[in-house]
Amino acid sequence: MDALLNAIDWAEIGLATWDTLLMLGGSLLFTVLLGLPLGVALFLFDRGQLLAAPRVYALLSLVVNVLRSLPFVILLIVLIPFTLLVAGTSLGVAGAIPPLVVGATPFLARLVEGALRGVDRGIVEAGLAMGASTWQIVWQALLPEARPALWSAVTVTAITLVGYTAMSGVIGGGGLGDLAIRFGYQRFQTEVMVVTVVLLLLLVQLLQMLGDWLVRRCTHR
Amino acid sequence: MGRRCARPVIELERAHKTYAVGRQRIAALRGVDLRVEAGEVFGIIGASGAGKSTLLRLINLLERPDAGAVRVAGQDLLALDDAGLRAARQRIGMIFQHFNLLSSKTVAENVAWPLKIAGGRTAADIAQRVEALLARVGLADQSHKYPAQLSGGQKQRVGIARALATGPRVLLCDEATSALDPETTRAILTLLAELNRELGLTIVLITHEMEVVRRVCDRVAVIDGGVIVEQGPVADVFLHPQHAVTRRFVQEAEQVDEGQRLDDFAHVPGHVLQLTFRGERTYDPLLGEVARRTGLDFGILSGRIDRIKDEPYGQLTISVAGGDLAAARALLEARGVRVEVLR
Repeated sequence: MDALLNAIDWAEIGLATWDTLLMLGGSLLFTVLLGLPLGVALFLFDRGQLLAAPRVYALLSLVVNVLRSLPFVILLIVLIPFTLLVAGTSLGVAGAIPPLVVGATPFLARLVEGALRGVDRGIVEAGLAMGASTWQIVWQALLPEARPALWSAVTVTAITLVGYTAMSGVIGGGGLGDLAIRFGYQRFQTEVMVVTVVLLLLLVQLLQMLGDWLVRRCTHR
Repeated sequence: MGRRCARPVIELERAHKTYAVGRQRIAALRGVDLRVEAGEVFGIIGASGAGKSTLLRLINLLERPDAGAVRVAGQDLLALDDAGLRAARQRIGMIFQHFNLLSSKTVAENVAWPLKIAGGRTAADIAQRVEALLARVGLADQSHKYPAQLSGGQKQRVGIARALATGPRVLLCDEATSALDPETTRAILTLLAELNRELGLTIVLITHEMEVVRRVCDRVAVIDGGVIVEQGPVADVFLHPQHAVTRRFVQEAEQVDEGQRLDDFAHVPGHVLQLTFRGERTYDPLLGEVARRTGLDFGILSGRIDRIKDEPYGQLTISVAGGDLAAARALLEARGVRVEVLR
């Protein structure tokens, strides 16, 4: 057992864990910055909603569906030219973030759209009756009312991103997934595989617990 | 109350509204005229689907009519641009059946919301106004609670405080007591009546319960199938309903079935009369006096003595036998009692 644990390069694992956290944090930040407004737009442009515009909705919806229907591994490769343009490299942490964001943004946007749909229509009606603008209704009522559902959407997205970061190892993205493939799979070092799996599992657990705590904290029902 | 001012604060003219449901077009309103005067409590009663909810939403243009005119405080709402309409809506309060409070905000934050929307007030200003409003609706000590911690009646009080925050002259009530138990309903209606008196607030309420109309309204309109079938002062409509729909609502409130009642009295000898008393005279010992002076024997078959808003009324169904019926009738009518011979 000692021999087994000694065979593992813990410095390498520490570095890979740090890379995974960087990829996760960076991609989650940009995914929220893009996915939240996109989700709000999807909600508002839908039929019967505040800015009802069926054509705009159909267009946004199509883009979201196309991006979501591509398997992430394919998206990683297809996006290489775009990644080079945005990040200057397609390798490492920086190179992994653009495809992660493109992959997760439509996913989060759909969850945000659903979260906003879950808000009682009466809230919108009350806002309109008070003379609120669309902007005021979104900022002062819809987003605060949907906050528990939005936190849980961000949690699910973060966990999905953990899975994606592991996949980005395939094209040299770095991080725990990369380590698992290079050592655990290609060099038959099963112990490295086990350690990375345990670390990813821990990360997912922690994210879920943090998410649940945030949801509970802002639920007043 | 105040019918001193003849200028209507709310005017709808020939309002039409049609909805598309799938391929069908359903007419919700078919040419409705409505005039609500400043300071009155106006009730609109109708069954579900009669169009009353649409009618109420025309007044602040939550629903736009397909044709017709909407004027509030002399302003043509249909002619306003977006900003103008938002400003006009800030002068029209509205409360809802399911309260529509923000569950993520405290009571105080909920009441402050319309003030934030309207803008132009400092935080201290808003806090002070919110405190005064909550005190007025009897929730002074609840300001830091969340709506989920309140009872239904308390939630509606928050709704009322919120609706009055910007100092509107008009309050629209959308089935405001339909989700409440009878006791809470009475308390909320009492509060609305007080606000009407104290602030001169014009109130338009829609309901499917005649009891609500009887308690607080000055005038009532009965809506059925997208048209107003009857309207007038509540006492007139309530005591002498003309339209079949109105009669059904009144009977529901009185918990009697008119047809059934006459059947029940089939074996009663002599004539059956319905007497309607109104005002303070309701409490006069009139029947005994009439019986003594005309030699009439009477039996009370059914009756109710109650109030319509602030006015006492009595409505008795009696059987009479012997004596001078014509003289008795003349005597009663001379005292302002309305006499109808049912049989």
